[in-house]
Amino acid sequence: MGMYDVIVVGAGPAGLGAAIEAKKCGASVLLLDENDRPGGQLFKQIHKFFGSKEHYAGTRGYIIGQNLLNEADELGVEFRLGVRVWGLYPGGGVTATDGETSVRYFARKIVLATGATENALSFPGCTLPGVMTAGAAQTMTNVQHVLPGERFVMVGSGNVGLIVTYQLLQAGAKVCCILEAAQKISGYGVHAAKVRRAGVPILTGHTILRANGTDGVESVVTAKVDERFRPIEGTEETIECDTVTLAVGLSPRIELAGVSGCKMAYSPALGGMLPLHSDDMETTCGNILIAGDLSGIEEASTALDEGRMAGCRAAYALGYRTSKEYEETKRALLNRLNALRAGPFGEKRRAAKEALWNTMR
Amino acid sequence: MEHDAVNAEIVCRCEEVTADEIMEAIRNGADSLDAVKKATRAGMGFCQGRTCKRLIARMLACYYEMPVDRFLPGSLRLPVTPVKLSLLAETEDAADEIQEGSACEK
Repeated sequence: MGMYDVIVVGAGPAGLGAAIEAKKCGASVLLLDENDRPGGQLFKQIHKFFGSKEHYAGTRGYIIGQNLLNEADELGVEFRLGVRVWGLYPGGGVTATDGETSVRYFARKIVLATGATENALSFPGCTLPGVMTAGAAQTMTNVQHVLPGERFVMVGSGNVGLIVTYQLLQAGAKVCCILEAAQKISGYGVHAAKVRRAGVPILTGHTILRANGTDGVESVVTAKVDERFRPIEGTEETIECDTVTLAVGLSPRIELAGVSGCKMAYSPALGGMLPLHSDDMETTCGNILIAGDLSGIEEASTALDEGRMAGCRAAYALGYRTSKEYEETKRALLNRLNALRAGPFGEKRRAAKEALWNTMR
Repeated sequence: MEHDAVNAEIVCRCEEVTADEIMEAIRNGADSLDAVKKATRAGMGFCQGRTCKRLIARMLACYYEMPVDRFLPGSLRLPVTPVKLSLLAETEDAADEIQEGSACEK
């Protein structure tokens, strides 16, 4: 048991950002994560990030993660790793378990940075060994250094699908093709160009119908789809492969926010159901703030700055910052977030975020 | 239930519920995630619907010709992750607090 000013659930970029910022303001901070190692998905990101200098452009994801960890450590953020938060209770109770014991902590403010889950797809054969999410393949390849197969078919051409395809190639795998149900590629052109140059065809207007095999995947059947995503008969093709990776989007991991009574909103551009929140990351529950993918699927850099915003807001609400200091930080962070939400991809997310903020007002 | 392992389209992998079983429940009147859950156990397993909920919501939306958010997020309950019963019992006054209200401070 223990009492803290701020408890942060989830030690990915958003959670680390929140913990660092709240601690900098002088709040006592406890950071909880279910993994044995903090950093969230950053440690799987072996590629260099884009953007501006203050968003670590040109730096590889796992190095950004390491720098954030060092910063949190030097500031004296308390960590509890390998524990899962299973409940939030009135009075700021946060209950977490390592599987053997269950411990309750208390906080005046709780920042939820629980991230996202990968979306699934169902088709005959989808439970065969060899069918997995792109994130699982990425963890195995980049973190555990085990290539889960030899011949892959990637489903989905968003940035996750494109980046993981490239990383599988780098690890020595063959990626037969990327299937994309929409009529155009959904990730960044620069990533798509890279995998195409490496010889991987991206088949738009195509879906997976089924996976065949007895003890594991031996082949998949694909088909063209019409504009309403219905498979077109007679267009079926069989592709031999041993692994199918699904990169069909992410959904905010809302369970903890949901059981706490945070009001939910539906925002397709941000990944679906998520807790309604303001531009300073407050939810409809006064003691609960959110950040990162939980507040809408974006990128590590936006997650980090949203986390900083949440941490700063929590510290300000507890009296660790004057309103003048807080307003300055908030303005600076909003400017950075706006810069990240520019361009044809970012613009949609920015508009979706603003719609949520306006509903909160 | 026994499935044809090759041709069955399993939607809820924790409880091994197929798309056909879920469609049958929907045709028999299941009109929400909870109703499908009660009829088929889909979403009642280890992952608590984290994998199948979206897929079932889409099937419901398609059948009833309604927007998918009408069926989401379904009911969310504590504990949000599998916890041993002994731990639930050990955690002091947890049961009382669950009844007392939510963690949300308005």
